[in-house]
Amino acid sequence: MIPFIIRRLIGAILVLIAVSFITYLIFIKIPGGDPAFRIAGRTATAQNIADIREKLRLNDPFYDQYWAMMKSLFSGSLVSYSSQLNVVDQIKAGIPATFSLCIGAAIIWLFFGILVGIIAAMTAGRWPDSAITTLALIGISLPVFWLGLIARYLFAEGHPFSFLPDGGYVPFTSNPWQWFVHLLMPWWVLAILFIGFYGRVMRSNILDTINEDFVRTAKAKGLPYRRVMVKHVLRNSLIPIVTLFGLDFAAVIGGSAILTETVFDLKGVGWYAAQAVQDLDLPPIMGVTIYATFFIVLFSVIVDVLYAYLDPRIRPT
Amino acid sequence: MATESTTDFTLDTAAALAADEEGAIEGKSPWLLAWRRLRRNYVAIGFFFLFVAIVVLCLCAPLYANHVAHTGPNTGHLGETFTRNGKQVPVVSKGGFDASGQFHAGGIPIGPQLWHAGGRYVFGADDQGRDVAVRLLYGGLNSLLVGIGSAIICTLFAIIFALLAGYFGGKTDWVISRGFDLIWAFPVLLLAIALGTALSINGFHHFGINIQSGSLWIPILVISIVLIPYVGRPLRGQILSLREKEFIEAATAQGASSWRVMLSELLPNIASSILVFFTLIIATNILTEAGLSFLGAGVQPPNPSWGTMIADGQDRIATAPWLTIIPGIMIVLTVLSLNVFGDGLRDALDPRAKVRMDA
Repeated sequence: MIPFIIRRLIGAILVLIAVSFITYLIFIKIPGGDPAFRIAGRTATAQNIADIREKLRLNDPFYDQYWAMMKSLFSGSLVSYSSQLNVVDQIKAGIPATFSLCIGAAIIWLFFGILVGIIAAMTAGRWPDSAITTLALIGISLPVFWLGLIARYLFAEGHPFSFLPDGGYVPFTSNPWQWFVHLLMPWWVLAILFIGFYGRVMRSNILDTINEDFVRTAKAKGLPYRRVMVKHVLRNSLIPIVTLFGLDFAAVIGGSAILTETVFDLKGVGWYAAQAVQDLDLPPIMGVTIYATFFIVLFSVIVDVLYAYLDPRIRPT
Repeated sequence: MATESTTDFTLDTAAALAADEEGAIEGKSPWLLAWRRLRRNYVAIGFFFLFVAIVVLCLCAPLYANHVAHTGPNTGHLGETFTRNGKQVPVVSKGGFDASGQFHAGGIPIGPQLWHAGGRYVFGADDQGRDVAVRLLYGGLNSLLVGIGSAIICTLFAIIFALLAGYFGGKTDWVISRGFDLIWAFPVLLLAIALGTALSINGFHHFGINIQSGSLWIPILVISIVLIPYVGRPLRGQILSLREKEFIEAATAQGASSWRVMLSELLPNIASSILVFFTLIIATNILTEAGLSFLGAGVQPPNPSWGTMIADGQDRIATAPWLTIIPGIMIVLTVLSLNVFGDGLRDALDPRAKVRMDA
């Protein structure tokens, strides 16, 4: 197990290096024109541009340029040119809001996704199943930002059925109740798509597992129905969900929540990147991209290790 | 039903059997069997026609603009009036006090008129006085163009990479798989935003390819690149397992070239998966385009798309909710119709298929 983890970690580090190089290509090499001019954004002065050219060593060969970019990112000296604020500090400031949103939504979608999937599978072919399958299909077809806007329009303060605050984030440490109330709508909006998706996956997993030989054996040797369902069917149907959940959760933390954060004015990491898009301000997008891939790569290692622990068959020798 | 057998009987073997007996099993090609199953699925067929109807409607955008609404998608009508029931009504309200002394805020565009204004402002106007119905159709054209265009490019590259990786294996497979891993490591939306923003500044001018910064090619290419591994990975897996089958060995033994094996032996065997993926990825792409355009990294204004229309309308949601609601409903209908049809197609082509979108 230990060598497997080490090998997986080395692979992850290599991926991160490659990913950062691609980020460099995207921001410095792909667009035409002078990168310094572009990175400086719309509000740059001639001095800004000269500074960037100096700092990112844009007159040097590409490996020097890449190294300089990485150094400015990891030493925390990367600065947004439209707001003059430090990118790493801004990302750190956004992490509590992003984590509050993602963890809450993840709990909702995991619980309800699995529950809905189990109900659908247990009633397969009857009306609760049809209802759930239809709703799940609608759920995965909704654009999350549109759902958020509509939810805000309907339920937020000053609108038809107002009983929830209209956007914004209140830190947990300053007022836990307001924190909860402000996040209630974003949590559900973000979770809806995943509930639909997990419900579908869970339903088909259970229906596949129910026809397996070991389930028939368990029934044949006279185990109670409940025990067969919980110990044999459910346990095995949950394994693919673990992989899925690890990757989805990382993707949500690393940027998929960007639309939800933007719609609800939750000043998290994604919101920060979205603001930067409006100003064509590249350093924040660069920073957030690296931050996000870090999470995704880290979580894929965790998922692989967890998977190997749960399912001994794929454990390498 | 032949597919009830417990052995490893798939559509591939059905095709092989049908070919062996040279028409003895007349009219039962796997595609025909699939079509018969699909035909019975009225819901899927119904939603397919809904999608076709949406496409046809959007294709009629120029006709509608010229002959019904008499205005273009980007033509503003600020300060103008139009005739409704013989009365002159301002397109965007001027504000102030009305006859009964009630105060109204200015700048509120006219709401949906349906047919009361002779075909103009059927779905109202936006805050620049542009006809929402016209923009909806042109925007749909752009959204569908980006969705379908990027689905074609994405699927095409995914097929090529999957064939090369799965057939040649070894180093080719390693390089392609690591490439997939790399794209996979990025969050889809964020990579698309990064590419979309970087490209929307100056366009793309390398290797003799010149794309201007406002071009629709940018969202099309960005979305297709980002989603290649989502189609490529499962296809590669299928090719890897097909590659070990006897019919490939037989083809190679007969002296078939690599190209021949890939194109006329392997490709037809993954055709049903490709079809299902293609349908479902259009849906994913339309959602991705909407998200990108909403954030300002997709279709660039003043070009309409359903995503940019929602982005434009969101600030007016309290006074002019139709600006947000109507394009959203169009997105949901389009994506839902594709998802339902894609599901039906998958069930019809292979009732026990493992094809699933992880996006």
